Amino acid sequence: MELNQLTAHELLEKLKSKEICSRTILLSLSQRIEKTDPKVKAYVRNQGPVKFAPQDEAFGELNGLPVTIKDNICTSGLNTECCSKILRGFRPPYDATVIDKLKKAGAQIFPLKANMDEFAFGSSTENSFFGPTANPWKLDCVPGGSSGGSAAAVASDEAIWALGSDTGGSIRQPASFCGVVGLKPTYGRVSRYGLIAFASSLDQIGPLTKDVEDSALLCGLISGYDPQDSTSINQSVPDYTKSLTGDIKGLKIGIPKEYFVEGLDPEVKSVIEEAIDKLKSLGAVIKQVSLPHTEYAVPVYYIIATAEASSNLARFDGVQYGYRAQADNLLQMYKETRAEGFGQEAKRRILLGTFALSHGYYDAYYLRALKVRSLIKQDFDRVFQEFDCIVAPTSPTAAFKIGERTEDPLKMYLSDIYTISVNLAGIPAISVPCGFTKQGLPVGLQIMAKPFDEEMLFKTAYAYEQNTDWHKIKPKL
Amino acid sequence: MAIDKETIKHVAHLARIDLQPNELDKLSANLQDILGFIDKLSSLDVEKVSPTSHILPISNVLREDEPRTSLTPEKALENAPSKKGSFFSVPKVIE
Amino acid sequence: MIYETVIGLEVHLQLNTKTKAFCGCSTDFGKPPNSNVCPVCLGFPGSLPVYNRQALNSAIKLALAFNCRIQEHTKFDRKNYFYPDLPKNYQISQYDLPLSRNGYLDIFTNGSPKRIGITRIHLEEDAGKLIHEDAVSLVDFNRTGIPLMEIVSEPDLSHPQEAFDYLTNLKNIIEYLDISDCDMEKGSLRCDANISLRPAGVKELGVKTELKNMNSFKGVKDALTFEVERQTKILEAKETMVQETRLWDVEQGITVTMRTKEGAKDYRYFPDPDLTVFVIGKELIEPVKATLPELPYDKMQRLMKTYALTEYDAKILVASKKDAEFAEVCMQEYPGKDKKEIANWLIGPLMAEANLRKEQLHTLKLDRKELINLIGFVQRQEISHLSAKTVLTQMLDTGKSAQALIKEGNLEQISNTDALAQVIETVINENAKSVGDFKAGKVNALMYLVGQVMKKSSGKANPKVVGDLIKQRLS
Repeated sequence: MELNQLTAHELLEKLKSKEICSRTILLSLSQRIEKTDPKVKAYVRNQGPVKFAPQDEAFGELNGLPVTIKDNICTSGLNTECCSKILRGFRPPYDATVIDKLKKAGAQIFPLKANMDEFAFGSSTENSFFGPTANPWKLDCVPGGSSGGSAAAVASDEAIWALGSDTGGSIRQPASFCGVVGLKPTYGRVSRYGLIAFASSLDQIGPLTKDVEDSALLCGLISGYDPQDSTSINQSVPDYTKSLTGDIKGLKIGIPKEYFVEGLDPEVKSVIEEAIDKLKSLGAVIKQVSLPHTEYAVPVYYIIATAEASSNLARFDGVQYGYRAQADNLLQMYKETRAEGFGQEAKRRILLGTFALSHGYYDAYYLRALKVRSLIKQDFDRVFQEFDCIVAPTSPTAAFKIGERTEDPLKMYLSDIYTISVNLAGIPAISVPCGFTKQGLPVGLQIMAKPFDEEMLFKTAYAYEQNTDWHKIKPKL
Repeated sequence: MAIDKETIKHVAHLARIDLQPNELDKLSANLQDILGFIDKLSSLDVEKVSPTSHILPISNVLREDEPRTSLTPEKALENAPSKKGSFFSVPKVIE
Repeated sequence: MIYETVIGLEVHLQLNTKTKAFCGCSTDFGKPPNSNVCPVCLGFPGSLPVYNRQALNSAIKLALAFNCRIQEHTKFDRKNYFYPDLPKNYQISQYDLPLSRNGYLDIFTNGSPKRIGITRIHLEEDAGKLIHEDAVSLVDFNRTGIPLMEIVSEPDLSHPQEAFDYLTNLKNIIEYLDISDCDMEKGSLRCDANISLRPAGVKELGVKTELKNMNSFKGVKDALTFEVERQTKILEAKETMVQETRLWDVEQGITVTMRTKEGAKDYRYFPDPDLTVFVIGKELIEPVKATLPELPYDKMQRLMKTYALTEYDAKILVASKKDAEFAEVCMQEYPGKDKKEIANWLIGPLMAEANLRKEQLHTLKLDRKELINLIGFVQRQEISHLSAKTVLTQMLDTGKSAQALIKEGNLEQISNTDALAQVIETVINENAKSVGDFKAGKVNALMYLVGQVMKKSSGKANPKVVGDLIKQRLS
């Protein structure tokens, strides 16, 4: 096996014993990228000439192990453009807190950024200014989104592991589509400082990895209190690798009936049911539960997320950074910069969000959505009083064809139907590979737990993973 | 809730986005669809439900009044599309 | 028709914290453009705000001093609008849950006290500064993100002078709280006004005008005075008042239309998801309450009581907190029983010297002990009051001691009867008419004779002793 095919924990063993050095890992990755990325297009080429130069000294826990970063996480000295024209050439003068933490742990920030839907607006990575990423399992399919670049890079061994961001499923859904492990931590667990905001009350950075152990490892490295983020929780971070026991005997797992209704692809359904049987065979107690407000999650999300986005994205106006249209007065400069700088989906969401907050509509839309959000949160609270975790499909379908849903935004929005509630409730959730459709497309199993109980996710996911081989199957490229 | 083109034009102005006529047609149709779907929410009785704008049960997050290093003007203006001396420069403001 | 004026004021106050509201950048004034900036106050993508504890404390202090009800639950909202001095294109402010409401301020106006209602005091952040050139506007973000308080008064003010007095009182209190330097020239205190007229006795408010761009308290008063006249003319001519925002043009002394209500903005306020809520309980309020200084009104009452000062004198002293503190220490250290003796010096000659030197009492280069010494010389009748004033000026000019200056100037008062007898003899001989008048019972004649002796002794003679001696000599 080539080095780029190994997991992070396998490579860390080799780095520790000095069997290899970070230079050889980088070399292996760059060769792989040269060979397969013209097909996958997981990385964006917006940096100008890129140097794959390993840092001089390997140190810390990670000994120079490279990490791939989504294009919406600020990396000083590397362009961070959210795959949008409006942030063209933006080089942040600072690192996001997660980058800072990773660097201090000895990580090497991979010099190419991962592709994504513009400003994380999308579920397919088709909304990138730099063009779509392909699904490594089937190149005419989407990798999911918005962290499609991160997921595809990990799936195609073009990355060891990667960071993505998840506002309504943007880590879990592409992880599911690409057959990798994707974790959305509890809101407040990982600092958002330096994550270019889409919807501040929902966004969370998380890992995309080849297996559960890597997920636990990377989650541990990026988690923790950050005094620069008012919404980060001052609570100690457990050693997540200790949850990797493989023992889930007696675990109480709820299966929400609202996630198994019309719209769920029958093939996906049977793969998920098999996975649930597997968990049962491992000693878990499985019982059906109800999350009655599930059907309202998508509409609530598209009000709250777009309202926040409309305000968060107001700063992209051509004054301080990024793209500016030429105009002889300020108002025209604003309007043309934003007309030319934002793609269709960004405009759609900004307009929807602006409308939801505008005079006369606030109560009917925004305020009502915040109230229904409370109901959705209460659904989960109720179930977690009795259950350790909830298991469901990550997405109603496997990866769909590139271009299939671009003309129907509403249909695109509904592909997040199983992931959105988790963000609204602020709870953690993980997607792990659990099988394939007949077409050979991966399917992901979603596990959700109560706030700050990532350990439960790792424990359950690890037990499942260690008793299946799905994560070991790689796409042929 | 129906949303007409005039409303979209007004909203686009608030958001400072110039819309081409064909874009306006398309976006109107899209938003009409989406808002139709969102109307699902109006069937719920939320009279007695309190809104959740913050999911975390934390409050009073404050920082001490201690200075931190600022950026140099050079660094602050590094990404500027247009500058004059140490100022950001923008086209003339017309009210 | 007689019209009644209704005025409400909105004051924006920059707090004097060391750092900005949401980041660690310095709030120092007058730094090179864009040098007090960081990713947070520049609103760079990915940056996040965390509120300044000191700013919250100052705000609570202000709310307490203005007798406001501090709300248990308060939060920040975003006020969305595009403007190049606003890096995020939204201002972090407060909308439906401001820090405090329903306060009041007792002011002195037109010789009597009046209570002015405070609608609300809320927290927000300042915007940057724009410099307009011919084809472009230049932006400096140093001021961006400095913590601001907005103090909104009820429309309780009924005269431009009252507005002026309200502002003076407000500034006085804020100086006592030491939470802002209140410098209108530096923009650390800014004031907008709402003014409308209504026929006397009518309850409903008239159509209002919002006034902006006043750069001094006097500017506020002048702009309001102009508006009263302008609106009166419109109403008397039975024309329709338009609700609008007008700018004060200090050069021409007029207000001009800025925008009418049609252009009113839709700010799309919503709770800022980047900031958590605040629960303002006892544990936050009590420590601040403990640091609340004595406020001007209370201080005035106390000075009057403790030092037997008149209301007039006490009011002058409390106009500046530091001067009042300086004066009080002086009065405490003054050994005499009658504190009025030193108070007269402080309010009289010393205040005059301070004004002349464009300084304040407490900033004058003067050792309190030396001032007390000087007054001692006068009280012991060792120098005349007149000489003492000269010595005071010299003390401030040279920094020398009172004793040294009295000696140098040879100013010791002559109380020695032998030394004075000769001068008195000469004066009696030279002023036969006055002597005659005195003997005839005219009291003024004695004063004239004393004056002549003073003149001949270059002001050094002790007038009381001289008077006694003349009376003895002529009896």
